[in-house]
Amino acid sequence: MNTDPLKKKWSSAIQSLAEQFKGDPVHIDPLEKKWVYVILGMAGLLVGIIIIDALFHGINPPSHVETIDSARLHLSEEFAEDNLGVQVDESGNITVRIVAGRYGFYPKQVTVPSGTTLTFRWASMDVLHGIHLPMTNMNTMILPGYVAELKTDFPKPGNYPLLCNEYCGMGHDHMWGSITVVAKEHWTAPVKTASKGDSSHE
Amino acid sequence: MNDAEEKKLALSHMWIAFGAFLIASFMGAYQVLERSGFLPIIESSRVYFASVSSHGVLMAYVLTVFFIPGFGYYTATTSLKQPVWNIKLAWAGFGVSLLGTVLAAIPLLTGSASVLYTFYPPIQAHSLFYVGATLLLAGSWVWCWIMIVMMGQWKQANPGQPVPLAMFATVSNAVLWLWTSVGVALEVLFQLIPLAFGWMDTVDPGLARTLFAWTLHPIVYFWLIPAYTAFYVFVPKQAGSYILSDELARVSFIVLVVFSLPIGFHHLYMDPEQAKGWKLLHGIGTFIVTLPTLLTGFAVIASLEIAGKLRGGKGLFGWIGALPWRNPMVLAMILGLMMLMLGGFGGIVNASYAMNAMIHNTAWVPGHFHLIFAGTTVIMYFAIAYYLWPILTGKPLFSQNMALLQLWTWFIGMVVLSTPWHILGLLGQPRRISSVQYNSPLTLAWDTFELAMIVGGLIMLGSACLFVYNLAKTQLNSTTETYKGEVEYAEPIYPVARLPEFLNDFKIWNWVIAAAMLISFGYPILQFFFMDTFESSGWGY
Repeated sequence: MNTDPLKKKWSSAIQSLAEQFKGDPVHIDPLEKKWVYVILGMAGLLVGIIIIDALFHGINPPSHVETIDSARLHLSEEFAEDNLGVQVDESGNITVRIVAGRYGFYPKQVTVPSGTTLTFRWASMDVLHGIHLPMTNMNTMILPGYVAELKTDFPKPGNYPLLCNEYCGMGHDHMWGSITVVAKEHWTAPVKTASKGDSSHE
Repeated sequence: MNDAEEKKLALSHMWIAFGAFLIASFMGAYQVLERSGFLPIIESSRVYFASVSSHGVLMAYVLTVFFIPGFGYYTATTSLKQPVWNIKLAWAGFGVSLLGTVLAAIPLLTGSASVLYTFYPPIQAHSLFYVGATLLLAGSWVWCWIMIVMMGQWKQANPGQPVPLAMFATVSNAVLWLWTSVGVALEVLFQLIPLAFGWMDTVDPGLARTLFAWTLHPIVYFWLIPAYTAFYVFVPKQAGSYILSDELARVSFIVLVVFSLPIGFHHLYMDPEQAKGWKLLHGIGTFIVTLPTLLTGFAVIASLEIAGKLRGGKGLFGWIGALPWRNPMVLAMILGLMMLMLGGFGGIVNASYAMNAMIHNTAWVPGHFHLIFAGTTVIMYFAIAYYLWPILTGKPLFSQNMALLQLWTWFIGMVVLSTPWHILGLLGQPRRISSVQYNSPLTLAWDTFELAMIVGGLIMLGSACLFVYNLAKTQLNSTTETYKGEVEYAEPIYPVARLPEFLNDFKIWNWVIAAAMLISFGYPILQFFFMDTFESSGWGY
């Protein structure tokens, strides 16, 4: 096949592109030119910090893409009523599972140890919710159809209010719970029994 | 040139815009009072959420979708010195948007669309709300089309000539708005309307939020570009100065358009349906879009410095006092830039990929966007209106002093309102609550700031009333005095004779945008069709 016409087409395309970049010299004040370098440096510094933290220190927002059938949450194994609240596995990892639904959290209150990595798994049983534990970085949206997972640890013991921070309906103001953080040495893992009355929700 | 019809077109758009603005201002003042809990008698979540939904729609969508085309049509006709192309079509677009506004207002004001202005599913509004919102949007597309056609016609008639900067900026906004509105249009047409009419039983809230995020960031620049346009093409002239660099101004508008589009995921940092790599990519783009704002800030302050020095100001800061502070346009920009600096700082915190977790969905967020939107953006809408009203109505402005008082009170009210709003966010207050019901000692710290916010809100309401009163009095004044002035555009220090085509057209940039959108939104949208997703049925509220 003869590639010449193609070559010609390309070279003329490149030429016309080059033509576009010609023209009178662009008027830039020397001081403005310096400012361009300054702002590029500023943006570069901030982006650099964010990238290094994300790649080398693992600092990322909650982004665990996992789906779940919100309409059948109570029938799912993981978010069935008896499995909600704080659970410790054989190797000592602590997972907290909480369901958000209008207008409350289930369970409404959990107690966790300070200075320990905790895995929170949130699911909505109806509409969009969000949670924030003020003064901490625990903040995530809870979308129906998705499990919102995040890992965090709370350095300071105390009683933290757990607030719904996305409009979810007329009772939204009333949607809150609490997380009690106790010093690590005073915390004991909740004992889970098979009986229903003993589950941690109120 | 006889532009009586264009004047009528611009005035009609702007009256709808400012009428919506005034109604929404009263709602804002009510909301800040209701929310504080100091007046138990007015507490009602039903009224509050209906009001906050209407306030958001009126300010963010109605004020802007009428003001921007109104200003744009008149900018096009005066900068290109040609009549508005197909003015009947322009009126038709106006009519469609107006019909949409009325249709959406019915469910909003009767509490049947209390879904807030972000209307995230699966909470569902009355179907009329979605139909109205779609028509409002569709009407504005007519304006985009007319702007693009007019620039094309002018270029054909003036081959090789640089498109006037005012028109270039206006068309950049028209191009931006077409790209911006695709995301929300897809969401409304393929998810929300079918759900509201019962054609579909379920929707995926993750896909809906992703599509909305497409629109949610660039829409902010759609609102802001008229303010930047005035910074560049009106303020230097009003201050007796020049544009620092015509070409870099174009570069700023181009970077705004290109980089405001593929970065919407900074609104989804805290969302579970998108993975961290995509969020990081959008986060980096978010910092790139700060560049044109920083460039614009430098250039327009430099124009002011030149003005101050030409007016006899001496030394490093002497030029500031020598500026024409009694010119509403100049004053508005100075106040607007101060609010932009404060709001920009807050915006960097929001944009910061991980730090955002501390303030996401707290009161900090509305504090931030009120500073940038109601502050920087709307104060320039005021200034543009004060400048254009005498030209459009043919009568001198009713009161210049009232205009200056109005701009100062708007600025003071905004600072008094938004500073405590930010602090409340840092103290953990969620943004979207109508009352404080939490039994926690944390909330005791909130009261003082709520009180300050009420003061700020009432100052702003007073200022809003002064603004509309001044415009109405100007137009209805039975004075025999006439005003013969025309729109005057600032000149660059170095006149531009010829421009490379990429600084004089958007064709290349549309391809760049298409590629950027494909990269940043392609997989994140497609994933919903490959994943095993579970959709939600619609819910009332």
